[in-house]
Amino acid sequence: MKTALPDGLIVVAKADCPTCRLAEPLLAELNAQAGPLTVYVQDSTEYAADLPGTLYDKTLEHSYRLGIEFVPTLIRVENGVEVQRTYGWHKEDWRQISGLAALGEDLPVMRPGCGSKTLEPGIAEELELAFGDIRLQSREIDFSAVDDPFEACFERGWSDGLPVVPPTPVRVLRMLKGTRRKPDEVVGLMPPDLVPCTVEKVAINAVMAGCKPEYMPVLLAALEAALTDEFGLHGLICTTMFGSPLIIVNGPAARAVGMNSGVNALGQGNRANATIGRALQLIIRNVGGGRPGEIDRATLGNPGKYSFCFAEAEDSEWLPLAQERGIEAGRSAVTLFPGEGVQGIIDQKSRDPESLARSFALSLRAVDHAKLAMAGDAVLVVSPEHARVFIDAGWSKQRLREELDRLLLAPGKELVAGAGGITEGIPERFKDMQVPKFRPGGLLIVRAGGTAGLFSAIIAGWAASGPVGSSAVTREVNT
Amino acid sequence: MNENRVLDPTAEQAPAQRARLPRPTSIEGKVVGLLDISKPRGDVFLDRIEEQLAAMGIQVKRYAKPTFTRIAPTELKQRMAAEVDLLVEGLAD
Repeated sequence: MKTALPDGLIVVAKADCPTCRLAEPLLAELNAQAGPLTVYVQDSTEYAADLPGTLYDKTLEHSYRLGIEFVPTLIRVENGVEVQRTYGWHKEDWRQISGLAALGEDLPVMRPGCGSKTLEPGIAEELELAFGDIRLQSREIDFSAVDDPFEACFERGWSDGLPVVPPTPVRVLRMLKGTRRKPDEVVGLMPPDLVPCTVEKVAINAVMAGCKPEYMPVLLAALEAALTDEFGLHGLICTTMFGSPLIIVNGPAARAVGMNSGVNALGQGNRANATIGRALQLIIRNVGGGRPGEIDRATLGNPGKYSFCFAEAEDSEWLPLAQERGIEAGRSAVTLFPGEGVQGIIDQKSRDPESLARSFALSLRAVDHAKLAMAGDAVLVVSPEHARVFIDAGWSKQRLREELDRLLLAPGKELVAGAGGITEGIPERFKDMQVPKFRPGGLLIVRAGGTAGLFSAIIAGWAASGPVGSSAVTREVNT
Repeated sequence: MNENRVLDPTAEQAPAQRARLPRPTSIEGKVVGLLDISKPRGDVFLDRIEEQLAAMGIQVKRYAKPTFTRIAPTELKQRMAAEVDLLVEGLAD
């Protein structure tokens, strides 16, 4: 309910504010000679209690609606509209607003006030939920007072197996402050149930995953990328194979939220990496209904289905992934990839790019199966020490990719079904051709990892890569 | 902050109140567990239930909590969940 502003003067005060106490003896004079005066007291019934217009603003609704930041605040209202305001004790201001030329003759010229109770931590969000314009649409669920809310979230099936943060309205409101997008904006239809996924539902699941509000722009960009037709999330959720969305972040947004691109970049321990990836998985589970054993039919799955998200360790001499994929330099972007697990490449002896590229190519043959080709895409994660071997020799990322494409051509006769005594393999019609391992554009290269270690990594993609299934998708991060 | 009031993270396609498991349409072929919570004369009640179920040709397994004053031990709960389709327990004296 919105209350009309009372004409005359309004003072908003706190009993425990010394400046409010300083001005208290003047309030009777204000009421009698410049009033009527309305006094809203934020913390007590013991302030200006003998004046007829004093009200204990226990719920802080009046203070909230007046937008009070400091006490005391003095406001003049004419015809229901605020015309003047001052805060703290400034003798000249109070005299000018009240029209009383001799007001507070014995008081000092100026005394600063105190902060309004409406802005205290934990209170501001409660007030916004109670009296603000925001209207959250999700239904509220009351757990019994004897339930542990963490256990209750497990019992409702909202968890990936690890504890989730209970998504209270206050936490969700804080999360929504991380984006300028409206809570009721629909990001897209969430597979597999194909239900509209709003920014509010994203925020709820982000709270549960443990995100900070500042991660929201990255998470929303990742979700948008995941919901494109090219990425084909529906099939990826349902497949019996291993894959699941991997998020690779480029640009200033990754550094701003403290993402890890260095030591243990593909591992645990960094909040942004861990919770952005997890939030996307929880949205798939909770909003989309993609739960393992139901529509998620993965035979084995992979540990990245809890969370798989890292940043590229960008280097001035190697073009970052996002820029290779059309994003302007200096902008932030996410690239979604239908990733499996991590396979290490250990090469501690190669010191020239030719040898190291041959090492990489040989190891990359294992993607899907050494006898399969043009099936799954792959991400090659090159560690800084390995990258240095190429960069020192003047090899760009593009040069490395071209060399790998060439090295990964194989005689079809070695790959066809039955060759090598192995029934698995590519169709017989390829037997007289040189066959590339990856489809064009199917090999992504990023630089990441700690500065010590002559190791790189392969993250294989879904064997149904490309138009038949899933392609990597890059989206710019916007606030 | 009240931790016991939360916003639904799902697409809200299921009722807010969690539904109980559906009652079986028939107990034929099912294994029925009888749990004695160790209150006096609970055994009298459960013996009679067992007689009636046995007369219907239903397989019965008997269990007992060590004491009615505490919740069932985890091992007992896991064993019952693994061994029976339905469970009947006698709650009062």
